[in-house]
Amino acid sequence: MGKTFAEKVLSLKAGRSVSAGEIVVVEPDYCLSHENASHISQIFQKIGAEKIWDPSKVVIVLDHTIPCSTEAYANSHKIIREFTSRQGIENFYDLHLHGGICHQIMSQEGYAAPGRLIIGTDSHTGTAGAVGALAIGIGRSEMAAVWTTGDIWLRVPETIKVVVEGQLQEGVYAKDLILYLLGLLKADGASYQCIEYHGSTIENMSIGERMTICNMGIEMDAKASVCRPDKQVFLQVASKAKKKEYQYIWADEGAVYAKEIHIRAEDIVPAVAKPNRVDNYSPVTEVCGTRIDQAFIGSCTNGRLEDLHVAADILKGRQIKVRTIVNPASYEVLHAAVNDGTISTLLEAGCTVSPPGCGPCIGVSGGVLGENEVCISTSNRNFRGRMGSRSASVYLASPATAAYSALCGSIQDPRMFKKGGYV
Amino acid sequence: MRDAGKVWKYGDDVNTDMIFPGRYTYIPMKENEFGKYALEDLDERFAAEVEPGDIIVAGKNWGCGSAREQAVKTLKIRGVQAIIAKSFARIYYRNCLNEGLAVITCPEAAELLNDGEQISIDFKEGVIIRENGDKIAFSPYPEYVKGLVECGGIIPYVQQRLKERETKGRME
Repeated sequence: MGKTFAEKVLSLKAGRSVSAGEIVVVEPDYCLSHENASHISQIFQKIGAEKIWDPSKVVIVLDHTIPCSTEAYANSHKIIREFTSRQGIENFYDLHLHGGICHQIMSQEGYAAPGRLIIGTDSHTGTAGAVGALAIGIGRSEMAAVWTTGDIWLRVPETIKVVVEGQLQEGVYAKDLILYLLGLLKADGASYQCIEYHGSTIENMSIGERMTICNMGIEMDAKASVCRPDKQVFLQVASKAKKKEYQYIWADEGAVYAKEIHIRAEDIVPAVAKPNRVDNYSPVTEVCGTRIDQAFIGSCTNGRLEDLHVAADILKGRQIKVRTIVNPASYEVLHAAVNDGTISTLLEAGCTVSPPGCGPCIGVSGGVLGENEVCISTSNRNFRGRMGSRSASVYLASPATAAYSALCGSIQDPRMFKKGGYV
Repeated sequence: MRDAGKVWKYGDDVNTDMIFPGRYTYIPMKENEFGKYALEDLDERFAAEVEPGDIIVAGKNWGCGSAREQAVKTLKIRGVQAIIAKSFARIYYRNCLNEGLAVITCPEAAELLNDGEQISIDFKEGVIIRENGDKIAFSPYPEYVKGLVECGGIIPYVQQRLKERETKGRME
């Protein structure tokens, strides 16, 4: 009987053949944390542990409160800097050219790689599935335990096979596809399960587009999401990975799935998730004309260079009608966007370009919403109060939809732009 | 069996931002401060009125969203005795086990129990007992997490494992 991707990775890690439902105790290849490393380090000390089992397997990235806007945040960063230095954690990403949002860094710096097992104290850790890793989110006390013992228990998940075939239409992006799937499966539709993405649409996607897809797996409560690693993935990883232990792993023919879902790419249209639920799917045509106060383009979901290019193509030579926050996913992305003129284009259109980080997406800094304000956002969550006021509303959408809506001052269908519908 | 507690009943897909808002998540806090913001974006009455021993009863997918452990801690610190739900989001469920907060997956109870009623939970027998004496049975924890649950959370569990390793090391 064939095995799924998750079964194969966990069999390899456990050193025996395992199937869905079994429990394994395994050593992760990398453990990712961000600002919560400050608290994890305190729990680690409370446990009574002294040295991390293997500091070369710990990655810490400052991203949630950068640059610090309060003294409390700054003190928290200080604790992390001291801890990483004391523990000899070299994979520490401070505010620096190679820093940025942790999920972007995992891929950009080569920690995320095919066949690896990655755990992280952030629910969007699953983003690393875009390069063929099995990447799973956990809580912070558990991370303190893993730092101590070097192992974690996991239940081998069942898998949902999602097959997407065909070509996405003009104005339709990976984000629209994942919003559609979320509407189909709902917020608990993949609970305790891994989602494997198959089919020509996914195969033709860039790594960045696959990251958008895998990033939002958790919004269906998926334990992990994964795409088959291909040549572009191996090229990226080979140029970046510090360690060479990674390998191609993919599901066998004849693997057993909990469910199979088939989607025709041609059926996908520009979409939004309406407030305040990630699975509140709607084709954009049904909400056209909705007033907005802010557009937010960026985050770990859609803050890559290709996303900024999509926005800049729409905004070039025009003026936004509502404040528009652009937040690249990493300093490297920001740097590249400065060098190729994208940032100039965005600034000339009236955008506010903020340094990389999670600020607006979690309502911490740099683009927080006031009472009854409405935002169109390329991030991954539109929960009540998430981006600021409890009475604010957030519509999730692709960078194209967000940029075109920013130009119009209300939510609009980005396909109208190509048709010259801009006024 | 613990004393009876009051039911606070909520619906489906209550996310971690509602349980513990992101705007507080990265502010370093002392243990006892976590409780102040419990369910702030879901039910303003809760933080003001919850009593130790009270019980949350919810629909499906309680705790979806973020991995933030504060969403468990905030309830634990306020003395919430248990959360009964039709289902739990995966990371939240795991965080509860790790923090030593009792979680009961029981769709029947989640359907039947009413907001404000007093119930008691007999974990040993696996039953929820209502004021009128009616009982609702629930499934025990899966075998593989029993050690963790019996220890009361991941910190004591890991400490125990370390001790065992040390003893084993000494014997060898």
